[in-house]
Amino acid sequence: MPSLIDLRRRIRAVKSTQQITKAMKTVAASRLRRAQDRIVGARPFAKLMGRVLNDLAERVDTAAHPLLAPPVAPDAPALVFVVTADKGLCGSFNANILRRAAGFVGDADRPVVMGLVGRKGRDFFVRRGFDVRFELVNIFNDLRYSHAQAVAHAAIEEYTGGAASRVDVIYNEFKSVIQQPVVVEQLLPIPRIDYADGDPEAGVTSEFLFEPAPGEIFRGLLPRHVETQIFRALLESAAAEHAARMTAMDAATRNADEMIDGLTLYMNKVRQATITRELIEVVSGAEAL
Amino acid sequence: MALPSHLTLEIVTPDRPLAVETVDEVEIPGAEGYLGVLPGHTPLLVALQVGALRYRKGDKETFLSVAFGFAEVTPDRVRILADTAERAEEIDIRRAEAAVERAREQLARAVDVDFERARLALLKSMARLQVASRARVRGSAGL
Repeated sequence: MPSLIDLRRRIRAVKSTQQITKAMKTVAASRLRRAQDRIVGARPFAKLMGRVLNDLAERVDTAAHPLLAPPVAPDAPALVFVVTADKGLCGSFNANILRRAAGFVGDADRPVVMGLVGRKGRDFFVRRGFDVRFELVNIFNDLRYSHAQAVAHAAIEEYTGGAASRVDVIYNEFKSVIQQPVVVEQLLPIPRIDYADGDPEAGVTSEFLFEPAPGEIFRGLLPRHVETQIFRALLESAAAEHAARMTAMDAATRNADEMIDGLTLYMNKVRQATITRELIEVVSGAEAL
Repeated sequence: MALPSHLTLEIVTPDRPLAVETVDEVEIPGAEGYLGVLPGHTPLLVALQVGALRYRKGDKETFLSVAFGFAEVTPDRVRILADTAERAEEIDIRRAEAAVERAREQLARAVDVDFERARLALLKSMARLQVASRARVRGSAGL
Protein backbone atom coordinates (compact mmCIF):
# COMPACT_ATOMS: atom_id res chain seq x y z
CA MET A 1 0.00 0.00 0.00
CA PRO A 2 1.45 3.41 -0.98
CA SER A 3 1.90 5.83 1.84
CA LEU A 4 -0.29 8.88 2.30
CA ILE A 5 2.61 11.17 1.60
CA ASP A 6 3.27 9.49 -1.76
CA LEU A 7 -0.37 9.83 -2.73
CA ARG A 8 -0.50 13.49 -1.78
CA ARG A 9 2.63 14.09 -3.80
CA ARG A 10 1.09 12.42 -6.84
CA ILE A 11 -2.10 14.43 -6.54
CA ARG A 12 -0.09 17.61 -6.34
CA ALA A 13 1.88 16.61 -9.44
CA VAL A 14 -1.27 15.91 -11.43
CA LYS A 15 -2.74 19.21 -10.29
CA SER A 16 0.21 21.21 -11.51
CA THR A 17 0.11 19.40 -14.85
CA GLN A 18 -3.54 20.22 -15.06
CA GLN A 19 -2.78 23.88 -14.52
CA ILE A 20 -0.47 23.80 -17.50
CA THR A 21 -2.95 22.04 -19.78
CA LYS A 22 -5.66 24.44 -18.68
CA ALA A 23 -3.45 27.44 -19.49
CA MET A 24 -2.52 25.94 -22.86
CA LYS A 25 -6.17 25.42 -23.65
CA THR A 26 -6.97 29.04 -22.88
CA VAL A 27 -4.08 30.29 -24.98
CA ALA A 28 -5.06 28.02 -27.86
CA ALA A 29 -8.63 29.27 -27.66
CA SER A 30 -7.65 32.91 -27.97
CA ARG A 31 -5.17 32.18 -30.77
CA LEU A 32 -7.81 30.13 -32.51
CA ARG A 33 -10.17 33.08 -32.52
CA ARG A 34 -7.57 35.23 -34.24
CA ALA A 35 -6.59 32.49 -36.70
CA GLN A 36 -10.23 31.86 -37.47
CA ASP A 37 -10.83 35.51 -38.30
CA ARG A 38 -7.87 35.46 -40.64
CA ILE A 39 -8.89 32.35 -42.54
CA VAL A 40 -12.48 33.53 -42.85
CA GLY A 41 -11.13 36.81 -44.22
CA ALA A 42 -8.81 35.11 -46.67
CA ARG A 43 -11.23 32.60 -48.16
CA PRO A 44 -13.20 35.02 -50.36
CA PHE A 45 -10.05 36.23 -52.09
CA ALA A 46 -8.88 32.70 -52.85
CA LYS A 47 -12.31 31.77 -54.14
CA LEU A 48 -12.70 34.84 -56.31
CA MET A 49 -9.22 34.30 -57.66
CA GLY A 50 -10.20 30.78 -58.69
CA ARG A 51 -13.32 32.09 -60.44
CA VAL A 52 -11.52 34.80 -62.35
CA LEU A 53 -9.00 32.23 -63.47
CA ASN A 54 -11.76 29.86 -64.54
CA ASP A 55 -13.43 32.60 -66.56
CA LEU A 56 -10.14 33.30 -68.23
CA ALA A 57 -9.18 29.72 -68.90
CA GLU A 58 -12.31 29.38 -71.01
CA ARG A 59 -11.39 32.29 -73.19
CA VAL A 60 -7.65 32.16 -73.41
CA ASP A 61 -5.30 29.56 -74.79
CA THR A 62 -4.22 27.83 -71.60
CA ALA A 63 -1.04 26.44 -73.08
CA ALA A 64 0.15 30.02 -73.23
CA HIS A 65 1.62 29.95 -69.77
CA PRO A 66 4.01 27.40 -68.22
CA LEU A 67 2.01 27.21 -64.97
CA LEU A 68 -1.08 26.01 -66.85
CA ALA A 69 0.77 23.86 -69.35
CA PRO A 70 1.79 20.22 -68.80
CA PRO A 71 5.18 19.79 -67.14
CA VAL A 72 8.39 20.54 -68.99
CA ALA A 73 9.85 17.27 -67.74
CA PRO A 74 7.10 14.61 -67.40
CA ASP A 75 9.59 12.12 -65.92
CA ALA A 76 10.65 14.39 -63.08
CA PRO A 77 9.58 13.48 -59.54
CA ALA A 78 6.44 14.90 -57.96
CA LEU A 79 6.91 17.61 -55.39
CA VAL A 80 4.63 17.61 -52.39
CA PHE A 81 4.38 20.32 -49.78
CA VAL A 82 3.41 19.04 -46.35
CA VAL A 83 2.11 21.64 -43.93
CA THR A 84 2.49 20.60 -40.30
CA ALA A 85 2.69 22.50 -37.03
CA ASP A 86 5.88 23.77 -35.43
CA LYS A 87 4.87 22.43 -32.06
CA GLY A 88 3.35 19.28 -30.67
CA LEU A 89 0.79 18.82 -27.90
CA CYS A 90 -2.08 19.16 -30.30
CA GLY A 91 -3.53 15.67 -30.32
CA SER A 92 -3.32 13.72 -33.54
CA PHE A 93 -2.92 16.85 -35.68
CA ASN A 94 0.64 16.17 -36.81
CA ALA A 95 0.33 12.39 -36.76
CA ASN A 96 -2.68 12.53 -39.08
CA ILE A 97 -1.00 14.67 -41.66
CA LEU A 98 2.28 12.75 -41.55
CA ARG A 99 0.44 9.46 -41.99
CA ARG A 100 -1.45 10.87 -44.96
CA ALA A 101 1.73 12.30 -46.47
CA ALA A 102 3.54 8.99 -46.06
CA GLY A 103 0.57 7.30 -47.74
CA PHE A 104 0.75 9.80 -50.58
CA VAL A 105 4.42 9.01 -51.12
CA GLY A 106 3.67 5.28 -51.06
CA ASP A 107 0.80 5.53 -53.56
CA ALA A 108 2.51 7.89 -55.98
CA ASP A 109 3.25 6.62 -59.48
CA ARG A 110 6.60 8.37 -59.49
CA PRO A 111 9.29 9.31 -57.00
CA VAL A 112 8.29 12.05 -54.60
CA VAL A 113 10.41 14.86 -53.26
CA MET A 114 9.35 16.96 -50.30
CA GLY A 115 8.70 20.57 -49.53
CA LEU A 116 8.16 20.95 -45.82
CA VAL A 117 6.47 23.69 -43.88
CA GLY A 118 6.47 23.36 -40.10
CA ARG A 119 9.04 21.87 -37.76
CA LYS A 120 7.22 18.60 -37.04
CA GLY A 121 7.04 17.59 -40.68
CA ARG A 122 10.58 18.68 -41.32
CA ASP A 123 11.93 16.59 -38.45
CA PHE A 124 9.87 13.57 -39.52
CA PHE A 125 10.94 13.49 -43.16
CA VAL A 126 14.50 14.66 -42.72
CA ARG A 127 15.08 11.94 -40.13
CA ARG A 128 13.81 9.36 -42.60
CA GLY A 129 16.17 10.56 -45.27
CA PHE A 130 13.71 11.94 -47.81
CA ASP A 131 14.83 14.22 -50.59
CA VAL A 132 13.85 17.60 -49.19
CA ARG A 133 13.81 20.43 -51.71
CA PHE A 134 12.40 23.14 -49.53
CA GLU A 135 11.82 23.77 -45.85
CA LEU A 136 10.32 26.55 -43.84
CA VAL A 137 9.94 26.32 -40.07
CA ASN A 138 8.93 28.59 -37.22
CA ILE A 139 6.43 30.64 -39.18
CA PHE A 140 3.15 29.94 -37.44
CA ASN A 141 3.68 32.39 -34.61
CA ASP A 142 3.60 35.24 -37.05
CA LEU A 143 2.24 34.02 -40.36
CA ARG A 144 2.56 36.47 -43.22
CA TYR A 145 1.79 36.60 -46.92
CA SER A 146 5.52 36.73 -47.60
CA HIS A 147 5.83 33.20 -46.21
CA ALA A 148 3.33 32.00 -48.78
CA GLN A 149 5.28 33.88 -51.44
CA ALA A 150 8.45 32.04 -50.46
CA VAL A 151 6.71 28.68 -50.77
CA ALA A 152 5.05 29.64 -54.05
CA HIS A 153 8.34 30.85 -55.46
CA ALA A 154 9.98 27.51 -54.66
CA ALA A 155 7.07 25.58 -56.17
CA ILE A 156 7.07 27.58 -59.38
CA GLU A 157 10.84 27.38 -59.69
CA GLU A 158 10.86 23.57 -59.36
CA TYR A 159 7.97 23.13 -61.78
CA THR A 160 9.03 25.49 -64.54
CA GLY A 161 12.66 24.48 -64.16
CA GLY A 162 11.78 20.85 -64.92
CA ALA A 163 12.77 19.55 -61.47
CA ALA A 164 9.19 18.52 -60.66
CA SER A 165 6.44 17.15 -62.87
CA ARG A 166 3.64 18.23 -60.56
CA VAL A 167 3.21 19.97 -57.26
CA ASP A 168 0.70 19.09 -54.55
CA VAL A 169 0.07 20.44 -51.11
CA ILE A 170 -1.16 18.45 -48.08
CA TYR A 171 -2.60 20.34 -45.15
CA ASN A 172 -5.24 20.27 -42.42
CA GLU A 173 -8.33 22.17 -43.42
CA PHE A 174 -10.14 24.10 -40.75
CA LYS A 175 -13.75 22.93 -41.05
CA SER A 176 -14.75 23.51 -37.45
CA VAL A 177 -13.28 23.32 -33.98
CA ILE A 178 -13.80 19.56 -33.85
CA GLN A 179 -13.26 18.79 -37.52
CA GLN A 180 -9.96 19.30 -39.32
CA PRO A 181 -9.81 16.89 -42.23
CA VAL A 182 -6.53 16.38 -44.07
CA VAL A 183 -6.79 17.51 -47.69
CA VAL A 184 -4.54 16.99 -50.69
CA GLU A 185 -4.67 19.65 -53.38
CA GLN A 186 -2.98 19.86 -56.72
CA LEU A 187 -1.09 23.12 -57.03
CA LEU A 188 0.71 22.85 -60.36
CA PRO A 189 -0.10 22.64 -63.16
CA ILE A 190 -2.97 24.85 -62.07
CA PRO A 191 -6.08 22.65 -62.17
CA ARG A 192 -9.49 23.78 -63.33
CA ILE A 193 -11.73 24.24 -60.36
CA ASP A 194 -15.40 23.35 -60.54
CA TYR A 195 -17.67 25.36 -58.34
CA ALA A 196 -20.65 23.40 -57.15
CA ASP A 197 -22.91 26.43 -56.93
CA GLY A 198 -22.52 26.85 -60.68
CA ASP A 199 -21.66 30.20 -62.19
CA PRO A 200 -24.59 31.09 -64.48
CA GLU A 201 -22.18 33.09 -66.58
CA ALA A 202 -19.91 30.14 -67.15
CA GLY A 203 -21.37 29.17 -70.51
CA VAL A 204 -21.15 32.62 -72.00
CA THR A 205 -18.10 33.07 -74.13
CA SER A 206 -17.44 36.63 -75.07
CA GLU A 207 -14.24 38.34 -75.99
CA PHE A 208 -12.21 39.67 -73.11
CA LEU A 209 -10.26 42.85 -73.42
CA PHE A 210 -6.93 42.92 -71.66
CA GLU A 211 -5.05 45.82 -70.27
CA PRO A 212 -2.12 45.37 -70.47
CA ALA A 213 -1.67 42.46 -72.93
CA PRO A 214 -2.96 38.95 -71.96
CA GLY A 215 0.53 37.50 -71.62
CA GLU A 216 1.53 40.16 -69.18
CA ILE A 217 -1.67 39.82 -67.15
CA PHE A 218 -1.20 36.06 -66.96
CA ARG A 219 2.38 36.48 -65.86
CA GLY A 220 1.13 38.52 -62.93
CA LEU A 221 -2.09 36.65 -62.22
CA LEU A 222 -0.96 33.03 -62.21
CA PRO A 223 1.89 33.25 -59.70
CA ARG A 224 -0.46 35.35 -57.57
CA HIS A 225 -3.00 32.57 -57.74
CA VAL A 226 -0.44 30.03 -56.55
CA GLU A 227 0.57 32.32 -53.69
CA THR A 228 -3.05 32.81 -52.71
CA GLN A 229 -3.75 29.07 -52.62
CA ILE A 230 -0.69 28.47 -50.46
CA PHE A 231 -1.50 31.37 -48.18
CA ARG A 232 -4.96 29.94 -47.69
CA ALA A 233 -3.53 26.48 -46.97
CA LEU A 234 -1.16 27.95 -44.36
CA LEU A 235 -3.93 29.89 -42.68
CA GLU A 236 -6.21 26.83 -42.70
CA SER A 237 -3.46 24.80 -41.09
CA ALA A 238 -2.76 27.45 -38.46
CA ALA A 239 -6.42 27.64 -37.46
CA ALA A 240 -6.75 23.85 -37.48
CA GLU A 241 -3.65 23.52 -35.30
CA HIS A 242 -5.03 25.82 -32.63
CA ALA A 243 -8.38 24.05 -32.75
CA ALA A 244 -6.69 20.67 -32.39
CA ARG A 245 -4.57 21.90 -29.51
CA MET A 246 -7.57 23.37 -27.77
CA THR A 247 -9.49 20.09 -28.03
CA ALA A 248 -6.48 18.04 -26.94
CA MET A 249 -5.75 20.26 -23.95
CA ASP A 250 -9.40 20.26 -22.94
CA ALA A 251 -9.37 16.46 -22.95
CA ALA A 252 -6.11 16.45 -20.97
CA THR A 253 -7.58 18.80 -18.38
CA ARG A 254 -10.60 16.54 -18.01
CA ASN A 255 -8.40 13.46 -17.72
CA ALA A 256 -6.39 15.16 -15.00
CA ASP A 257 -9.63 15.88 -13.16
CA GLU A 258 -10.57 12.22 -13.30
CA MET A 259 -7.15 11.20 -12.11
CA ILE A 260 -7.29 13.59 -9.19
CA ASP A 261 -10.73 12.27 -8.21
CA GLY A 262 -9.52 8.68 -8.35
CA LEU A 263 -6.36 9.42 -6.41
CA THR A 264 -8.22 11.40 -3.76
CA LEU A 265 -10.67 8.56 -3.25
CA TYR A 266 -7.85 6.07 -2.96
CA MET A 267 -5.98 8.32 -0.57
CA ASN A 268 -9.04 8.60 1.71
CA LYS A 269 -9.42 4.85 1.71
CA VAL A 270 -5.80 4.40 2.65
CA ARG A 271 -6.17 6.95 5.41
CA GLN A 272 -9.28 5.21 6.74
CA ALA A 273 -7.55 1.86 6.65
CA THR A 274 -4.61 3.22 8.57
CA ILE A 275 -6.84 4.75 11.24
CA THR A 276 -8.84 1.52 11.57
CA ARG A 277 -5.70 -0.53 11.89
CA GLU A 278 -4.29 1.75 14.55
CA LEU A 279 -7.58 1.61 16.50
CA ILE A 280 -7.57 -2.18 16.39
CA GLU A 281 -4.02 -2.18 17.62
CA VAL A 282 -4.89 0.12 20.51
CA VAL A 283 -8.02 -1.84 21.45
CA SER A 284 -6.36 -5.25 21.27
CA GLY A 285 -3.41 -3.85 23.18
CA ALA A 286 -5.79 -2.69 25.95
CA GLU A 287 -7.59 -6.06 25.98
CA ALA A 288 -4.32 -7.91 26.43
CA LEU A 289 -3.69 -6.04 29.62
CA MET B 1 -29.62 40.73 -74.60
CA ALA B 2 -30.83 43.61 -72.51
CA LEU B 3 -28.26 45.72 -70.77
CA PRO B 4 -28.02 45.06 -67.04
CA SER B 5 -29.09 48.05 -64.95
CA HIS B 6 -26.64 47.53 -62.09
CA LEU B 7 -23.20 46.21 -61.37
CA THR B 8 -22.36 43.74 -58.66
CA LEU B 9 -19.13 44.94 -57.13
CA GLU B 10 -16.92 42.59 -55.13
CA ILE B 11 -13.75 43.89 -53.52
CA VAL B 12 -11.39 41.48 -51.78
CA THR B 13 -7.80 41.49 -50.55
CA PRO B 14 -5.80 38.48 -49.37
CA ASP B 15 -6.58 39.49 -45.77
CA ARG B 16 -10.28 40.22 -45.89
CA PRO B 17 -13.28 40.86 -48.07
CA LEU B 18 -14.08 44.59 -48.20
CA ALA B 19 -17.33 44.90 -50.04
CA VAL B 20 -20.05 43.10 -51.93
CA GLU B 21 -22.48 45.68 -53.22
CA THR B 22 -24.84 46.53 -56.03
CA VAL B 23 -23.62 49.76 -57.55
CA ASP B 24 -24.28 52.04 -60.51
CA GLU B 25 -20.77 53.03 -61.45
CA VAL B 26 -17.18 52.12 -60.63
CA GLU B 27 -13.97 53.98 -61.37
CA ILE B 28 -10.87 51.79 -61.38
CA PRO B 29 -7.21 52.83 -61.26
CA GLY B 30 -5.99 50.64 -64.14
CA ALA B 31 -2.38 50.01 -65.09
CA GLU B 32 -2.79 52.28 -68.11
CA GLY B 33 -4.95 54.94 -66.55
CA TYR B 34 -8.23 55.36 -64.72
CA LEU B 35 -11.30 53.86 -66.30
CA GLY B 36 -14.96 54.24 -65.53
CA VAL B 37 -17.21 51.20 -65.66
CA LEU B 38 -20.96 51.36 -66.19
CA PRO B 39 -23.38 48.44 -66.43
CA GLY B 40 -23.03 46.64 -69.73
CA HIS B 41 -19.30 47.15 -70.02
CA THR B 42 -17.31 44.91 -72.36
CA PRO B 43 -15.61 42.02 -70.54
CA LEU B 44 -12.24 43.25 -69.46
CA LEU B 45 -9.35 42.14 -67.35
CA VAL B 46 -7.16 44.89 -66.10
CA ALA B 47 -4.14 45.13 -63.83
CA LEU B 48 -4.52 47.65 -61.02
CA GLN B 49 -2.24 50.54 -60.23
CA VAL B 50 -1.78 52.34 -56.96
CA GLY B 51 -4.63 54.77 -56.72
CA ALA B 52 -8.15 55.65 -55.72
CA LEU B 53 -11.11 53.42 -56.43
CA ARG B 54 -14.47 55.13 -56.48
CA TYR B 55 -17.92 53.66 -56.72
CA ARG B 56 -21.35 55.22 -56.84
CA LYS B 57 -24.65 53.85 -55.68
CA GLY B 58 -27.45 56.31 -56.35
CA ASP B 59 -26.12 59.63 -55.03
CA LYS B 60 -23.77 58.00 -52.57
CA GLU B 61 -20.12 57.84 -53.52
CA THR B 62 -17.54 55.70 -51.75
CA PHE B 63 -13.78 55.93 -52.00
CA LEU B 64 -11.09 53.35 -51.35
CA SER B 65 -7.36 53.38 -51.79
CA VAL B 66 -6.09 50.29 -53.59
CA ALA B 67 -2.66 49.07 -54.62
CA PHE B 68 -1.89 46.41 -57.24
CA GLY B 69 -3.84 43.35 -58.10
CA PHE B 70 -6.45 42.80 -60.78
CA ALA B 71 -9.96 43.73 -61.75
CA GLU B 72 -12.29 41.58 -63.79
CA VAL B 73 -15.13 43.38 -65.48
CA THR B 74 -18.13 41.67 -67.09
CA PRO B 75 -21.37 43.37 -68.20
CA ASP B 76 -23.02 42.99 -64.81
CA ARG B 77 -20.12 42.45 -62.45
CA VAL B 78 -16.86 43.95 -61.27
CA ARG B 79 -14.43 41.88 -59.23
CA ILE B 80 -11.54 43.68 -57.61
CA LEU B 81 -8.68 41.51 -56.37
CA ALA B 82 -6.35 44.01 -54.76
CA ASP B 83 -3.11 43.40 -52.89
CA THR B 84 -4.12 46.04 -50.40
CA ALA B 85 -7.23 48.15 -50.08
CA GLU B 86 -8.56 50.51 -47.45
CA ARG B 87 -11.78 52.41 -47.06
CA ALA B 88 -11.44 56.17 -46.86
CA GLU B 89 -12.65 56.24 -43.26
CA GLU B 90 -10.05 53.66 -42.24
CA ILE B 91 -7.14 55.72 -43.43
CA ASP B 92 -5.03 57.29 -40.72
CA ILE B 93 -4.18 60.64 -42.28
CA ARG B 94 -1.42 61.48 -39.88
CA ARG B 95 0.25 58.14 -40.42
CA ALA B 96 -0.02 58.49 -44.18
CA GLU B 97 1.48 61.98 -44.04
CA ALA B 98 4.35 60.69 -41.95
CA ALA B 99 4.84 57.88 -44.47
CA VAL B 100 4.98 60.36 -47.35
CA GLU B 101 7.58 62.34 -45.48
CA ARG B 102 9.68 59.26 -44.73
CA ALA B 103 9.43 57.93 -48.28
CA ARG B 104 10.54 61.30 -49.69
CA GLU B 105 13.53 61.28 -47.40
CA GLN B 106 14.48 57.77 -48.42
CA LEU B 107 14.02 58.62 -52.09
CA ALA B 108 16.52 61.40 -51.74
CA ARG B 109 19.36 59.07 -50.80
CA ALA B 110 18.30 55.55 -51.79
CA VAL B 111 19.60 53.46 -54.66
CA ASP B 112 18.19 50.51 -56.67
CA VAL B 113 16.01 48.23 -54.54
CA ASP B 114 15.54 50.76 -51.77
CA PHE B 115 14.65 53.34 -54.33
CA GLU B 116 11.89 51.21 -55.81
CA ARG B 117 10.51 50.36 -52.39
CA ALA B 118 10.53 53.97 -51.30
CA ARG B 119 8.86 55.00 -54.55
CA LEU B 120 6.04 52.49 -53.99
CA ALA B 121 5.64 53.54 -50.37
CA LEU B 122 5.37 57.14 -51.52
CA LEU B 123 2.79 56.30 -54.17
CA LYS B 124 0.67 54.29 -51.75
CA SER B 125 0.73 56.91 -49.04
CA MET B 126 -0.15 59.65 -51.49
CA ALA B 127 -3.04 57.60 -52.86
CA ARG B 128 -4.28 57.12 -49.30
CA LEU B 129 -4.13 60.83 -48.59
CA GLN B 130 -5.91 61.62 -51.83
CA VAL B 131 -8.68 59.15 -51.05
CA ALA B 132 -9.06 60.44 -47.52
CA SER B 133 -9.25 64.08 -48.57
CA ARG B 134 -11.63 63.47 -51.47
CA ALA B 135 -13.95 61.47 -49.27
CA ARG B 136 -13.95 64.21 -46.68
CA VAL B 137 -14.71 66.95 -49.22
CA ARG B 138 -17.69 64.97 -50.56
CA GLY B 139 -18.79 64.16 -47.06
CA SER B 140 -18.85 67.78 -45.86
CA ALA B 141 -20.44 69.00 -49.11
CA GLY B 142 -23.31 66.65 -48.49
CA LEU B 143 -24.11 68.17 -45.07
